[in-house]
Amino acid sequence: MSEPDKKETTSVFNKNVSRRDVLKAAGIGGVGVLIGASGIGGALALADVLPTSQKKENTNAVVPFYGKHQAGIATEVQNHIYFAAFDVTAEDRNELIQLFKEWTKAAAAMTEGKSVGDPANNKYLPPDDTGEAAGLNASNLTITFGVGPTLFTKNNKDRFGLQKKQPDELKELPKFPLDSLEEQWTGGDLCIQACSDDLQVAFHAVRNLARIARGKAVLRWAQAGFQRTKQASPKKETPRNLFGFKDGTVNPNVKNSAEMNQYVWVQPGDGPDWLVNGTYLVVRRIQMFIEVWDRTTLKEQENTFGRYRDSGAYLGQKNEFDPPDFEKKDENGEYYIPMTAHVRVAHGDGKQKILRRSYSYADGIDAKTGTFDAGLLFISFQRSISKQFIPIQKRLSQMDELNEYIVHRGSAVFACLPGVKKGGYIGETLFS
Amino acid sequence: MKRYKLPVILFLSSSLLFSCSQSNESSTTEPAKKETAKESSQVDLNQISTDYRTFAIAEIDEFVKKTEEFANAVIAGDVEKAKELYAPARMHYERSEPIAEAFAELDPKIDAREGDVPDAEWGGYHRIEKGLWVENTTKGYEKYAEQLIKDVKLLRAKVETVDVTPDLLITGAVDLLNEVSTSKVTGEEDRYSHTDLYDFVANVEGAEKIYELMSPALKEKDEALAKEIEQRFQAVYALLDKYKKGDGYISYTELTKDQVKELSQSINELAEPLSKLGVVLEG
Repeated sequence: MSEPDKKETTSVFNKNVSRRDVLKAAGIGGVGVLIGASGIGGALALADVLPTSQKKENTNAVVPFYGKHQAGIATEVQNHIYFAAFDVTAEDRNELIQLFKEWTKAAAAMTEGKSVGDPANNKYLPPDDTGEAAGLNASNLTITFGVGPTLFTKNNKDRFGLQKKQPDELKELPKFPLDSLEEQWTGGDLCIQACSDDLQVAFHAVRNLARIARGKAVLRWAQAGFQRTKQASPKKETPRNLFGFKDGTVNPNVKNSAEMNQYVWVQPGDGPDWLVNGTYLVVRRIQMFIEVWDRTTLKEQENTFGRYRDSGAYLGQKNEFDPPDFEKKDENGEYYIPMTAHVRVAHGDGKQKILRRSYSYADGIDAKTGTFDAGLLFISFQRSISKQFIPIQKRLSQMDELNEYIVHRGSAVFACLPGVKKGGYIGETLFS
Repeated sequence: MKRYKLPVILFLSSSLLFSCSQSNESSTTEPAKKETAKESSQVDLNQISTDYRTFAIAEIDEFVKKTEEFANAVIAGDVEKAKELYAPARMHYERSEPIAEAFAELDPKIDAREGDVPDAEWGGYHRIEKGLWVENTTKGYEKYAEQLIKDVKLLRAKVETVDVTPDLLITGAVDLLNEVSTSKVTGEEDRYSHTDLYDFVANVEGAEKIYELMSPALKEKDEALAKEIEQRFQAVYALLDKYKKGDGYISYTELTKDQVKELSQSINELAEPLSKLGVVLEG
């Protein structure tokens, strides 16, 4: 969440105390050392000195669900993702609205670490909540909803009276060279991105939402993803992808609202008003030929990315966050960063920026070849697909040296709805 | 074949409280009270259980009859006739499954698939199915046909002892659909004859029968849920109707992957609200 929003949500959720507030309220700064030393147990123990009205939330890793924007976009990246695309089977607009209302209610509960529906008190009924997250905290669960182009029009049909609301930006991506898309990983009328520091919590969220949708929407495809956990990288170093490289270092600063408004959040005048404060999501399931990569020399690997594997620095630079110098040449007069290096092609003229929030995936083996089916669940958020994502991907698909080692198997675009206040429902601006 | 969890439930006492009926007269039931009970907006669950029992026993009577015809065709060496009678006969068993399959020692004898039991013990419908469709013969299968007749008759005798309770019905309705979504939909049930759609339809019909009996009680409690269930039944039947052929159904192998998926999803969409039938009971 960007700073101004944080204020907003804090005023709505006055129970929502930050750790610093906890320290202040406790009035014993020295305990901070104890927290550092003893981890979560210490934090919880500290919370016990607070009046009961204040101690319920936030110590349990809760990201506020309600707000100006949906959570899970500017939120600090969690350890795991479970992403699901749905096809809507309901034919009635009211059913669709009902689905979003029920989803909103369930999502709000789960992101607070609560279970869905009513407690199980009739033994002759299946319980409302599926149960596997019972006793677990929210683990920073965020649930982000999006609507795909086919929700508006499919086979030239205006499905729910939404056709006139379809943004020009929201349409199937053009076919890029080397795309090898498979039906089973492509498209969707709706999407749910559940991110959490615990995979079981993330899966539980999608599972329960899919269950609620039964009869109104069916799963089209789903993919779990991971990155190194915060526990494994206490210094929160840039995650490495499955090629062993640090990538995706250049992102808009999620804490800078001006930058977020420029690159991520849809602004008034961009298109239909219902999407203001929402954003566009592009997801690509990119299979990586890791066996091939692993028999590639280090020099070739580094030239392919344009970075040093070890430090993550750009070729010709020392440290990871040193800016790149695309003009710099070595003693032989060769560019340090080759013309076809991934970082150079992705950077282009530097005008397009997107917020990347990708995860690695590992899905057993590719039945056809016997190799790993592993790669990247690429996810990016941007204010405009045509002005940001497409130019970047066009360049990459034509020139990127990395194309030797990857193939795009899946693709979908969604408009991520704006956030809602408590009492509202996700999608209300679209349906009103 | 199913996992044998029902017998435990079967012999539970039926002293379940029906939440709408708080008057004293509701605990002991005489069939004569059925009409008045309905009028006074109290649906008598014990009567429903009795009605279901009657239905199931009639189905099993029919099953015995049709199995005898099938088995006699096998014994007479009439391959074509036996093939024709195979799937329709089984439907009576599948339709009344919550009761028919409740006997843990009989169900495998009648309905085990290859590999479910040691080969030396394997008999019943699917063993004969393999002879008919894989070897195209009845030769050597006469003994299985004879045994099958004995087993279904024994089943008929045992069914008399079943105590049908409301919660058996509630569990049974969803179990019927779960059977479809775990084994019928994959085409594993009738893997040689590919007549899975017959079993599929019969399971759905069996679930629908239970729903029909329960629906007055459900409508009192939750009209919207009842409506939803009815719509979903219609949706499933609309799909199944597409695969009708003559008096029966097309071979399961003729279905495309997408059609199988569509059927599977429609069953799940029906089973979800149907699993809430239990709102008529207080737990």
